Amino acid sequence: MNMAFKQETFRDDYTYHNSAEAIRRFPFPFAEDEYMYSVNIEQHNGGEPGSVFEHAIDVDEHYVAECEDRRIVLEDDPNRYIALPHMMDAQWDMVELVMESLSRDYPDLFQLTRDGDNWHWINQPLGIDQKFVFGDEATLPMQPCEYITRQVQGDWIILDQRDDDLFADLGMVTSQADWSMAFDAGMSFKEWHGPVPQANELGIFDRALKYLLHLQYGSPVRRLNWTMTINPRLDTSPENYPFWGPDNVSVTPDNVGDKVHLRVELQALFRLPRSNAIAFSVRGYLASINDLTTYPRWAKRLHRVLTNLHPDLSEYKGLDNYRQMVIDHLAPMDDGEELALGTQPE
Amino acid sequence: MSILDVKVADVEQVTEVVKHFTLVQENGEPLPHFSGGSHVVVSMNINGRIHRNPYSLMGSTANTDSYHISVRKQENSRGGSKFMHEQVKPGTRLQITYPVNLFAISKLGHRHILIAGGIGITPFMSQIADLNRLGYDYELHYAYRSPEHGAFREQLEEMCGKRVHFYIDSKGERLDIPALLKQQPLGTHVYTCGPEPMVKALHLHAENLGWPENHVHSEEFTAPPVGDEFTVELAQSGIEVTVPGDMSMLEAMEEAGAEPPFLCRGGACGRCELEVVSCDGLIMHNDHYLSDHEKAEGRSIMPCVSRAKCSKLVVNL
Repeated sequence: MNMAFKQETFRDDYTYHNSAEAIRRFPFPFAEDEYMYSVNIEQHNGGEPGSVFEHAIDVDEHYVAECEDRRIVLEDDPNRYIALPHMMDAQWDMVELVMESLSRDYPDLFQLTRDGDNWHWINQPLGIDQKFVFGDEATLPMQPCEYITRQVQGDWIILDQRDDDLFADLGMVTSQADWSMAFDAGMSFKEWHGPVPQANELGIFDRALKYLLHLQYGSPVRRLNWTMTINPRLDTSPENYPFWGPDNVSVTPDNVGDKVHLRVELQALFRLPRSNAIAFSVRGYLASINDLTTYPRWAKRLHRVLTNLHPDLSEYKGLDNYRQMVIDHLAPMDDGEELALGTQPE
Repeated sequence: MSILDVKVADVEQVTEVVKHFTLVQENGEPLPHFSGGSHVVVSMNINGRIHRNPYSLMGSTANTDSYHISVRKQENSRGGSKFMHEQVKPGTRLQITYPVNLFAISKLGHRHILIAGGIGITPFMSQIADLNRLGYDYELHYAYRSPEHGAFREQLEEMCGKRVHFYIDSKGERLDIPALLKQQPLGTHVYTCGPEPMVKALHLHAENLGWPENHVHSEEFTAPPVGDEFTVELAQSGIEVTVPGDMSMLEAMEEAGAEPPFLCRGGACGRCELEVVSCDGLIMHNDHYLSDHEKAEGRSIMPCVSRAKCSKLVVNL
């Protein structure tokens, strides 16, 4: 993997871009020509070397820039991090999960030394060297979960399990696809999924909830979700809608390949040991239409998926303003060749 | 399912019928952390047949150099508790699952009342470690048959101080559940683990007193009852499995090479639920997961503890 961390922005001048290697490992989500919701959960216990599934927590060339974008969002709006008081055990579970995973999977970049509860954490890319006492809040510069989620890509929502349900009671959410942790804090599984069309009718949430209540420590799972975003913007939050909403009508046939990005969320779920909570990580990957069409197979597949997409899903995902333009842009690249099942680029 | 290879480090006779086992990981590493109220499923190879029994993790959740479980020798044991008592010695190797918690403390409760009967004390041993650590308000009420059956009494006195109350049946001491529940403030959660009549009584009294259902917690693992032999057909694979009278349906399917899902193996969690395609007789539901209504409908079965009185049961697996 290319570990030269990029200096780039996810706002204003949008200097974000993917290297050829980043495009190649992009988690393209469409294995078939038609897309419909499914539970599509699989084990998250490692994947192909180099792929985004290889490690429990993926670190890529955008790591430093994404952490900086999170810092900017929090400076503006500290409420993007929310912690209800009964979640302190879960906060420390998060510290352990992230520090153990990163130091195990990227030993050249992150080091963790433990002597009982005395921990020493070194994060080289961000220049952090921190000694602290595990379990003692006073030894960290801020709450444990805020501290560690500022050092990892993607949003993290920690779900408390009680009454045979899951509640969003702790979270760091700064790079979301138009939902709000402040709005959803304390809500139950079915409450925060309420707005999703089609899926409830399919009984998907009943099955997914039952499955997650039985999620075991040591056996994390993952799924992919997707939407589209105009410009490579991570913070497409309802709170900041005025800053990005108007971009949706800025797409033209000339700029569509550059402006429209497929936004794929690698959602992983980990049972946490001390708190019995579940950590739900939502890691977004952005690739422009131009990035994706460097692979003809992806161009054809995306063309068909967007053409066949159910109107309710298109509306829910906010694609209506520009979906047809993307389809028209991709149409000349689709010769109708039959594509075998699978998400691979070639 | 993630499995841990462990070795028995110590065996202690706690009472005439209860043994306490200390387990350490074979590779010498600390065991995974867990939350109070968790259990593990222990696999035992008894004369070539794999038995898997759930046991609560006791002891401190902060120290995972070893795990602690206690096993009561059951009079009508199908082999599991007998094996643990008679065959398992220091040095014995066993396999256990990662901890699973079906009996967690509700972190939003204002007060927690724990009611244990006999060997039902075990899940509370780790819950109390968490309650003490978190500084929560709680009381433990522990009922047992006679003075010599009071497992872990001294340890509990040390851990709980004035918060623990003992009720010894042979001395005529009785826990008055309705009176106990009546004096609790709003926001109290109650938890029980023990013999079935005790669990049922608690639920009944709590309901009569208007307690919200989600403030009443219980954990009951049922050992798979013996019954008549019957045949299960797995609809997806077409495999036919004979379930002998002394084996559970889940065990029989596993022995036939199928890999049905499972978690607690005691009828509590619902993970092994299978859809019933057809049954030419009666389903004998023994689980605590399905509602009475669902049991009457007969569309699902929990193969870990339930079986059928029929010649053929077809399930969607």
